[in-house]
Amino acid sequence: MRVVVGIKRVIDYAAKIRVKPDGSGVDTANVKMSMNPFCEIAVEEAVRLKEKGLAKEVIAVSMGPQASQDTIRTALAMGADRGVHVLTDAKLQPLSIAKLFKSIVQREDPKIVLLGKQAIDDDCNQTGQMLAAIMDWSQGTFASQVAVADCQERVSVTREVDGGLETLSLKLPAVITTDLRLNEPRYATLPNIMKAKKKKIEKLTPEELGVDVSSQIEVLSVREPQARVGGKVLESVDELVDKLKNEAGVL
Amino acid sequence: MASSMMMLALRNLSAMGLCRSGRWLAPSALKVTRQISSSSSSSGVPQTAVHEDELDEFREQVRLFAQNEVAPHAALIDESNNFPVFSDGEADLWKKLGDFGLHGLTVAEEKGGLGLGYAYHCVAMEELSRASGAVALSYGAHSNLCINQITRHATEYQAERFLPKLISGDHVGALAMSEPGSGSDVVSMSCQARETESGDFVLNGNKMWCTNGTVADTLVVYAKTDAAAKQRGITAFLIEKGMEGFSTAQKLDKLGMRGSDTCELVFEDCVVPRENVLGEVNKGVYVLMSGLDLERLVLSAGPLGLMQATLDVVMPYVHERKQFGKRIGEFQLIQGKIADMYTKLASARALTYATARKADQGKIDRFLAKDAASCILLAAENATQVALDGIQILGGNGYINEYPTGRLLRDAKLYEIGAGTSEIRRLIIGRDLFAEYE
Repeated sequence: MRVVVGIKRVIDYAAKIRVKPDGSGVDTANVKMSMNPFCEIAVEEAVRLKEKGLAKEVIAVSMGPQASQDTIRTALAMGADRGVHVLTDAKLQPLSIAKLFKSIVQREDPKIVLLGKQAIDDDCNQTGQMLAAIMDWSQGTFASQVAVADCQERVSVTREVDGGLETLSLKLPAVITTDLRLNEPRYATLPNIMKAKKKKIEKLTPEELGVDVSSQIEVLSVREPQARVGGKVLESVDELVDKLKNEAGVL
Repeated sequence: MASSMMMLALRNLSAMGLCRSGRWLAPSALKVTRQISSSSSSSGVPQTAVHEDELDEFREQVRLFAQNEVAPHAALIDESNNFPVFSDGEADLWKKLGDFGLHGLTVAEEKGGLGLGYAYHCVAMEELSRASGAVALSYGAHSNLCINQITRHATEYQAERFLPKLISGDHVGALAMSEPGSGSDVVSMSCQARETESGDFVLNGNKMWCTNGTVADTLVVYAKTDAAAKQRGITAFLIEKGMEGFSTAQKLDKLGMRGSDTCELVFEDCVVPRENVLGEVNKGVYVLMSGLDLERLVLSAGPLGLMQATLDVVMPYVHERKQFGKRIGEFQLIQGKIADMYTKLASARALTYATARKADQGKIDRFLAKDAASCILLAAENATQVALDGIQILGGNGYINEYPTGRLLRDAKLYEIGAGTSEIRRLIIGRDLFAEYE
């Protein structure tokens, strides 16, 4: 079976975030970019499925500007077989991404689409669910364990929910989104980085796929979180009650 | 040069739970990744732009590996004076470095290496040194002094026989030229190799200060095959662990670079087959001298990594440490110091990588001796000064071993001595420069 894994290029998790002075968004100029950590986990899981002999081919798919190719290369160095790059400079919203994925899925015919549960830049956590809905596929979100049955007709997905662990049995094909504890992604070793340079990346555009990527959402403004104000040590309970009543207005 | 993260600050991911050990750094360990890096991505000419991007990507991968696999052990390696050997089923560090692909950077692809050249080797040396000076020194001895010398001079048979296991990290490599009585004046060596009637050689004598000597499986060893001919009587040999008559003496107790095992080698009627001669008989001095130039070039990235490691400690410290109600980094005397430290690092880095690129363009000529000596002279002396400044900025904290600055100083000092002392380097530069204008 074939596995499609989605990867997003985001600001590196350790980089300092700056909001543009005009409040139109986050400044990404000269900021280190990396693969979204949850996507790394998805790639790792896909490569493990291949190593177990369950998946025949792993296709890494990314959508975005030219530089997204670097991220695809990283996935190829980790063990994906080939890449698909949907080239666009448009600001993509989850619904557009889900629609693009749908057209990729129709071309590639995978049994599993593995996605990160969310990206660490916009924290949307929507794409996987939307894709499953518009494909009318099963979905297993927040996976902390994935076990494909030998018959390759079903997959069991363990999810981390508030009360503990919930295990679902899904009929394939399915969309699975990865949570933090699913696995520990491997390093791309230097010989594999060299090999990845020779792997194929197919380039497509939203127009070629016939998907309208215009956004239904308008970002009004982006602001830095308010700086933390230092706490205060009070002398007495009376003072505390007074402040809760008159300053905080919670009593 | 380093993929540019200007002064990394932390995005607090702990709330999301993105803080496990292993692939990503835990937030506490992230402090280590705060760095001062040089300029952002290259704005150079188009032809080199691609190359620079690839070098940056390579640095990023090595940095990740070094910070996760090496840096957490650095303090213990120093304290115990032992190169890390992992238990509970974990591969040892030599093997991990091999699996990651670092040993054969300068070996051609058809011989099982990555065929990447000296700029890449310098990046690997710098990022490993930033994580642990001792591990990087042992790595440098293995990958440059041994592997690179073999790949440059070995016959096809020798390359096939020795390189694969050295590149995979199953075997450890070393090189020995200095002797108890022949340090700076290395061609005065007295270790003898007598040719027998069958054409083999019998080695007698001692070699001193051999990095990796205690654990090495394959050693490049220089000996005199013609005592009367001085430097024209030197031959290079490939010595194998277990050869009869070859043994290693005590592990040396060093000031710094502790954990990078160093020892004395002893040869007592050690029979070495002729097929183990590296290069030609009596032409070992060319193997030795050209190897020394490349050794100085690659090892000059060691002190670069140590300087970066010092800044990695100092920069967060000057933000956190408060005196007189201010962060100490706000004081101009401290700013002056960090400015000098940064400039010492940036200038040495520029010289090393410019020279490495020249070597990669095939310019391994008579000028390289002078330029490689300049690289390590500058980087090594700067690193000692930067480490001293690091201690000074940390004050009382810098003087206790809970902070790594003391280790960085002890490690840095080695580079003013190993691979030719600063004095020998000045001698080479001065002599060659004088000769150029003859």
